Amino acid sequence: MGSRSSHAVIPDADSIRRETGFSQASLLRLHHRFRALDRNKKGYLSRMDLQQIGALAVNPLGDRIIESFFPDGSQQVDFPGFVRVLAHFRPVEDEDTETQDPKKPEPLNSRRNKLHYAFQLYDLDRDGKISRHEMLQVLRLMVGVEVTEEQLENIADRTVQEADEDGDGAVSFVEFTKSLEKMDVEQKMSIRILK
Amino acid sequence: MLRAALSLLALPLAGAAEEPTQKPESPGEPPPGLELFRWQWHEVEAPYLVALWILVASLAKIVFHLSRKVTSLVPESCLLILLGLVLGGIVLAVAKKAEYQLEPGTFFLFLLPPIVLDSGYFMPSRLFFDNLGAILTYAVVGTLWNAFTTGAALWGLQQAGLVAPRVQAGLLDFLLFGSLISAVDPVAVLAVFEEVHVNETLFIIVFGESLLNDAVTVVLYKVCNSFVEMGSANVQATDYLKGVASLFVVSLGGAAVGLVFAFLLALTTRFTKRVRIIEPLLVFLLAYAAYLTAEMASLSAILAVTMCGLGCKKYVEANISHKSRTTVKYTMKTLASCAETVIFMLLGISAVDSSKWAWDSGLVLGTLIFILFFRALGVVLQTWVLNQFRLVPLDKIDQVVMSYGGLRGAVAFALVILLDRTKVPAKDYFVATTIVVVFFTVIVQGLTIKPLVKWLKVKRSEHHKPTLNQELHEHTFDHILAAVEDVVGHHGYHYWRDRWEQFDKKYLSQLLMRRSAYRIRDQIWDVYYRLNIRDAISFVDQGGHVLSSTGLTLPSMPSRNSVAETSVTNLLRESGSGACLDLQVIDTVRSGRDREDAVMHHLLCGGLYKPRRRYKASCSRHFISEDAQERQDKEVFQQNMKRRLESFKSTKHNICFTKSKPRPRKTGRRKKDGVANAEATNGKPGDLGFQDTAAVILTVESEEEEEESDSSETEKEDDEGIIFVARATSEVLQEGKVSGNLEVCPSPRIIPPSPTCAEKELPWKSGQGDLAVYVSSETTKIVPVDMQTGWNQSISSLESLASPPCNQAPILTCLPPHPRGAEEPQAPLHLPSDPRPSFAFPPSLAKAGRSRSESSADLPQQQELQPLMGHKDHTHLSPGTTTSHWCIQFNRGSRL
Repeated sequence: MGSRSSHAVIPDADSIRRETGFSQASLLRLHHRFRALDRNKKGYLSRMDLQQIGALAVNPLGDRIIESFFPDGSQQVDFPGFVRVLAHFRPVEDEDTETQDPKKPEPLNSRRNKLHYAFQLYDLDRDGKISRHEMLQVLRLMVGVEVTEEQLENIADRTVQEADEDGDGAVSFVEFTKSLEKMDVEQKMSIRILK
Repeated sequence: MLRAALSLLALPLAGAAEEPTQKPESPGEPPPGLELFRWQWHEVEAPYLVALWILVASLAKIVFHLSRKVTSLVPESCLLILLGLVLGGIVLAVAKKAEYQLEPGTFFLFLLPPIVLDSGYFMPSRLFFDNLGAILTYAVVGTLWNAFTTGAALWGLQQAGLVAPRVQAGLLDFLLFGSLISAVDPVAVLAVFEEVHVNETLFIIVFGESLLNDAVTVVLYKVCNSFVEMGSANVQATDYLKGVASLFVVSLGGAAVGLVFAFLLALTTRFTKRVRIIEPLLVFLLAYAAYLTAEMASLSAILAVTMCGLGCKKYVEANISHKSRTTVKYTMKTLASCAETVIFMLLGISAVDSSKWAWDSGLVLGTLIFILFFRALGVVLQTWVLNQFRLVPLDKIDQVVMSYGGLRGAVAFALVILLDRTKVPAKDYFVATTIVVVFFTVIVQGLTIKPLVKWLKVKRSEHHKPTLNQELHEHTFDHILAAVEDVVGHHGYHYWRDRWEQFDKKYLSQLLMRRSAYRIRDQIWDVYYRLNIRDAISFVDQGGHVLSSTGLTLPSMPSRNSVAETSVTNLLRESGSGACLDLQVIDTVRSGRDREDAVMHHLLCGGLYKPRRRYKASCSRHFISEDAQERQDKEVFQQNMKRRLESFKSTKHNICFTKSKPRPRKTGRRKKDGVANAEATNGKPGDLGFQDTAAVILTVESEEEEEESDSSETEKEDDEGIIFVARATSEVLQEGKVSGNLEVCPSPRIIPPSPTCAEKELPWKSGQGDLAVYVSSETTKIVPVDMQTGWNQSISSLESLASPPCNQAPILTCLPPHPRGAEEPQAPLHLPSDPRPSFAFPPSLAKAGRSRSESSADLPQQQELQPLMGHKDHTHLSPGTTTSHWCIQFNRGSRL
């Protein structure tokens, strides 16, 4: 409890809250976690810090998710950046949709942004498209080793073809969104405790 | 009143019904010598009656479903209960006493297990565990709440003097009654909710509750019952503690028994590779053993068998063969449906037995009101608490449905029958009340819940076909969420699920699954595989439409024009999945249309072309019996596909379109045989039959580019697809003799309705009636060199078979103009391109082709002949950008 009180000082807490929509409690919790991950109290997280998390190592997408915290190849992520990524997973609440202000940018936890987060995990070269090759890489991570490379390629082909509508052999974000239009993304990409 | 009506109804039938009862007496005195005929009713009486009851119930079911209107309005369970009432009335009127009723022993030992096993085994486990918190809350807290409030309120009612004093019951008796009447019944819930189609979350919560609350019901019932038997004065504080403890023992113990048996079952099926035939039996035996073991140890048997089904499914499904899977599925469904039918019918029959009845309006009405009220109140309270923790809160409408869906059923009835009249003096009143409650919930609530759901606009369940993208992305989301929980440092649901999956993958699956099966159970792979099967089936079933310009569209693909391109590519690329393709999977394809198509297809298959089929079938049999290797599954599939395509095609074409372009099919068939032949020789290079043959290399090229862009025009697609090109090897060329089959087979979807350039490119073969290829068991045995070639072969045969049949066009003289000859790729074609338009059918064939009326009769013959004709070929090349490119040795018979 003693350590918790020291977190009250979050720099720019209000602006972060405005941007991410996190509650005070969640922000405190995340700040606590942030400091716990930050090993040398350097005030930011490096890739190493995140790689320390044991379970991430076995997560097939672990590396990509760690990478998503470091946009544009930067080497460190500060607390606002850290929270910004996590804000994608805030559950969508009714008030979010009601108080939708056209002037304000779309909240980070909107369906679109949630999908975009997932999309950029696939899109390694950031060209706005999931190519067959990129799809294959993801599949290789996710599908068990028992499936042969050739079969994986078949799956990748088929997956791309299934979503690909304009026939360019790659899945654009629009196509990606469309292929998931029947799925309850808001629900499936939310974590309850991140209110 | 009702009973009076029933007996009236039964009167005219009495005379007729008397007759069967006379039968047992018919044997008369035994004759001294050998009896020619003996009537031994008593020896078969019991099983005969059981069979008869099931038969009656099943027939009733058929009758109910004759009218769609009735079954869409009235749940089957209602109809069955009413039927039971009528039958009970008849029996009562005839026998003057109620003969049959729902015996608790029969119910718990025989009727309930199949239903629970079915529901546990086919429980959508992901959904179940996603909502496990809510389910457990409703099952445990909700049931306790219902039992105590209902019992207490009834006791209060009695204290208030609203229940007649002749109902001799104290607080404990009422609590006992409350405990048995409070549990939501899985059988009733399943029967009603299956027809309502509410959204799956709502369904799984109500249904999961009804399954899991069994433990609570059993404990409460037993505890209260023993308290009643002890007498309230003798109950001590420790007994209450024991009661609480037994709740844990019974529920956790039941679950543990179930899991142990699930483990055993999974482990056993791992080793059944050689004895496939007992696989389904094992599933049923071990699940039933779980039930009986739990019952024996007075644990929650329902929980045990639910957990057994839930736990073993993943591994069992992976281990057992396709056919076993289908068998398990159907047997389970059949048994469950039988049991359910019999239960409801017996419920109706039992209600007629007035000797057990003792009516008290106060008690009955009070119970009805209380169970409804407290159920609703409990749901609202619990949901309020649960919603604090739920990502997706349950809204008001959900709560209404959950309250109203709390149906009581046969479990309550069986439990109340089990009461000891000497210890519970008010038993008869309780029985009557239970019957009324069960009838009320099943009939009134069952009838009204559908309109209610409609009226409230409850989110219905929506079936959409799985797509690879959805499956893949869903997995991605799971991994993302697990990772984010790691990052956030919160060990929540996703974290544990991820842990469990890791554990399962590392240890459990390794231990419980066959190595070969392990791969197949990867979910992404599984979806891919099912999609492919569906495509293959629709490919077959749409065969008839191939001729139309619409092309082949695959149902599993989003509808768009260029879909055709991808389909064949997929089929072509499906190399690996051949490993266990089995057309039985038709059964697991959800889409009703697919199923209909399949049925239609089987019909056509069965009705026509027996000779051809038989011939082929013997091949497949041979295959199966030959060896049990994986590879052969694939071969069987290929054979199956071929056969089906063939028969379907030929059926269609002969019946409907005798005029359609004949050649591609023939060449296709020959091609197939050629491939098979070639393969066979490849497999056994020293095969005597093919020793002095000239080799021809068939270059099969598939073209798969640019189709997407001009997808809208089918005309343009004419030249897409797979093109089979035969090339002579250099040796042959040196001889200056063209000996290969030239084949250009357009992919099936793109065959145009009228002769177009692609059609002109269709292959012809010139032949003087000599035999190019022997169709022997050797040639039809395709021995894949590896998966790719194996599949390629089957694909090429699919391709060729999908082309229109060749019943007509006896002489093909027109020659391809080689429209695209200029773009010929690297394929080194040194063959003389002068087309020799000499193509002759054997007379019988030509005749068959020409005359419509004779066609069907001649067809078998024709089919047999086809592969044997045509041998002298000119080579015809069609260019294409090659993405896949392979050569097949084609050995021609020495007769050439």
